[in-house]
Amino acid sequence: MTAATREETPIVLPDDSSFGPEVQVDYPGYRSTRWRAPDRPLVALPEELHSLHGPIFGEDVIQESDGDLTRQHEGEPLGERILVHGRVNDEDGRPIRRALVEVWQANAAGRYRHEVDQHPAPLDPNFSGAGRCLTDDEGGYRFVSVKPGAYPWANHDNAWRPAHIHFSIFGRLFTQRLVTQMYFPGDPLFAYDPIFNSVRDPRSRALLVARFDLARTEPSWALAYEWDIVLGRGGEGTTPLEDPS
Amino acid sequence: MSLPRTPSQTVGPFYSIGLCRRPDNELASEGIELRGTLYDGAGDSISDGVVELWDAVGRRWGRSGTDAGGRFSFVMTKPDAPEAQVPHFHAFVFARGLLRHQLTRVYFPDEANEDDPVFASLPPETRGSLVAVEDEGALRFDIHMQGDRATVFFAH
Repeated sequence: MTAATREETPIVLPDDSSFGPEVQVDYPGYRSTRWRAPDRPLVALPEELHSLHGPIFGEDVIQESDGDLTRQHEGEPLGERILVHGRVNDEDGRPIRRALVEVWQANAAGRYRHEVDQHPAPLDPNFSGAGRCLTDDEGGYRFVSVKPGAYPWANHDNAWRPAHIHFSIFGRLFTQRLVTQMYFPGDPLFAYDPIFNSVRDPRSRALLVARFDLARTEPSWALAYEWDIVLGRGGEGTTPLEDPS
Repeated sequence: MSLPRTPSQTVGPFYSIGLCRRPDNELASEGIELRGTLYDGAGDSISDGVVELWDAVGRRWGRSGTDAGGRFSFVMTKPDAPEAQVPHFHAFVFARGLLRHQLTRVYFPDEANEDDPVFASLPPETRGSLVAVEDEGALRFDIHMQGDRATVFFAH
């Protein structure tokens, strides 16, 4: 751990289940938390306020090409074609229907189509790297894309992010809002990434890693990965009603 | 059955390609501007943040990515009051360096906010951080992640 000896605080801290299932918001190895993570205790809201309904999105927010990131331009993007699918459930295992799922990612070379990303890897004229869909009656979602590349960042010496896809999900309740990242199984960069390791409980951290899915892999076309997403119930004791839509 | 919840991760610096490629900061077609600046604990503006505004009564929603000066802006009308509360928005803050989004509330300067049970439960010296101020025909609601002027954030 060369990086750890050069820095005052280690980039990656040991596993610690006492932090519970959520991320450690002030994880010191991720430098940008220093001035951005709230430094005062969060104020508890009354339980009934956890069951407030969030917005409902209809088909009008989706465009035809949104679920297939490989068909948004004239040609196909370079890279390893992938299918990413899974279900959005609540903690009781009930599907969350018509949830808006938005994704964004780097291209196969590890470059984002974003003005701030100056990593000297090529942009792909056939890849924007963003998609969205609504979950179906079983809470299912599916995207077609290419596997994103790892890329360097400035957090510490020789820092690289493991390959990941950003996910944003709206559940039914406003407490079911989630923004997170999906990783690919067996990535050698896991052990060195402070963002991934900011989830201190290894069992919880494993929930961020998709499963390679040979059964859904399409022969001669694309590798499949399955990643289920579990959103909160919305406060202890609250039982959200089924979405009437 | 209780399934373990998927943990949060930061929205990162490049969220705009996924979250803000379509404008959706209008909660009303005609209304007034609600604007503000997102600040970090060093007093610097945060140019890679996102603010989402939620009206739980009207089920309206909008979001605004911050610009190079950390500024966000919405067009809105004041939400109706929830039962036994005073009109307010919920606001979620996302940013690079923020591993989980944070929840705050936006109250209005022309309301009896002390009548709101959540507002009234806060230490008086922190309440002002949740009240928008009138600003040349608009409302301004600055958000401070840390420090003496830190905005009150709620557990969620």
